[in-house]
Amino acid sequence: MIDKFVRSLAEAMDGIRDGSTILMPGFGEVGAPNALLEGLIEQGATNLTLVINSAGRLRVPGRPPNAVARLIEAGRVRKVITSFVRADSVAGDWVRDGTLEAEVIPQGTLAERLRAAGAGIPAFFTPTGAGTLVAEGKEVREYNGRPCVLEEALPGDVALIEAWMADRWGNLTYRESGRNFNPIMAMAGRLTIVQAHHVCDLGQLPANHVHTPGIFVDRVLHLPVGDPVLPR
Amino acid sequence: MTDGTDHGVRPLDRTGMAARVARDIPEGWYVNLGIGIPTLAADHIPPEREVVVHSENGILGMGPAPPAHAQNPWLVNASTQRVSLRPGGAFVDHADSFAMVRGGHLDLCVLGGFQVAENGDLANWAHSPTETGRQIGGAMDLAVGAKRVWVVMEHTTKDGKPRLLRRCTYPLTAARCVGRVYTNLAVLAVTPKGFVVTDMVPGLDFATLQARTEAELHRG
Repeated sequence: MIDKFVRSLAEAMDGIRDGSTILMPGFGEVGAPNALLEGLIEQGATNLTLVINSAGRLRVPGRPPNAVARLIEAGRVRKVITSFVRADSVAGDWVRDGTLEAEVIPQGTLAERLRAAGAGIPAFFTPTGAGTLVAEGKEVREYNGRPCVLEEALPGDVALIEAWMADRWGNLTYRESGRNFNPIMAMAGRLTIVQAHHVCDLGQLPANHVHTPGIFVDRVLHLPVGDPVLPR
Repeated sequence: MTDGTDHGVRPLDRTGMAARVARDIPEGWYVNLGIGIPTLAADHIPPEREVVVHSENGILGMGPAPPAHAQNPWLVNASTQRVSLRPGGAFVDHADSFAMVRGGHLDLCVLGGFQVAENGDLANWAHSPTETGRQIGGAMDLAVGAKRVWVVMEHTTKDGKPRLLRRCTYPLTAARCVGRVYTNLAVLAVTPKGFVVTDMVPGLDFATLQARTEAELHRG
């Protein structure tokens, strides 16, 4: 019997090694597997490369730093691959000090590099970023009269995923704009670990509505953490 | 009027700029409205005019901010503000969302800008190549992928320096991508001969607008 459910955060995080590339979805706090990231802080792996759309959330007085900021503050992240670093953020401070490397790339290129990794495409050409700092050091070729930049697939050693509902095969659904990077990061992770708000019996998820089929998923932890907490 | 005493001239405020650009978005278009003033433009598209708004975090058919009792923390726009979904709207993942952007499916994107050059170059993500804050987001994808790129921004910087330039001095978002610029003073088309002024706020004259612009302006 296939059963991908795990019973604890420790079991979910088991075996994540130092030096891993971690794929972390979410747009703002929506669709972000923050509970799994807490588990990663606890688990102890270090020298990590973190792939995340926005590496630095603006500081809000009176609001504690989020899990991403605390992982960075703990000195556990060597590099972020991201589309967005704010100067006034924990990540911004560490980048300015030279203690955190930041590869800042277009959001669509980030998404497509992840999709390519999941789909077995080692690299692709795109016009996005041509003629900008993003293209520096990369091969450029002309297609249809436009300069295009060679971008490489971005696989992860580990993908952390936030789902709305899951079954024991790892079939997943997401909620509204909480889907964002979750399906493509699930595909791009060698070890894909899910936190799910709800779990159900096999066959209960309507097959027409499965967003991520279980082939892309390794472990599922039932964590009914509640709605995302938004600023303002 | 170049000494700053603009008797009779009232530059548009942020809301006025948003309303001005919204006026030019026709029914049936699929559009992405960037962070800042462009986001406000959605509030000025009348609900009976069916414009389908895309948000890069995976929403097609985004609607306005909902009333307090209908707020859904799972439904946010690219600025992580709570929004709604219009009937007919859809949710997608990030790969599909950016396929809409990069695959040339959007009729229009409206972006904020730091600088626009007379050849259509856009700079809107950093003030220098070495700046710590690097905020590319989806701007490079949108500037290259949408069928039309319009920029909304103040005509000059806070300290009066021009933003409409012969060449951008900040790092580029994309080359030769901008079709129109909406400022607090004027609407300008980017053409092979450079900026063509197609509209000005009431009371403003061409010479005054030129004095606030580094690039050469042409009369529409």
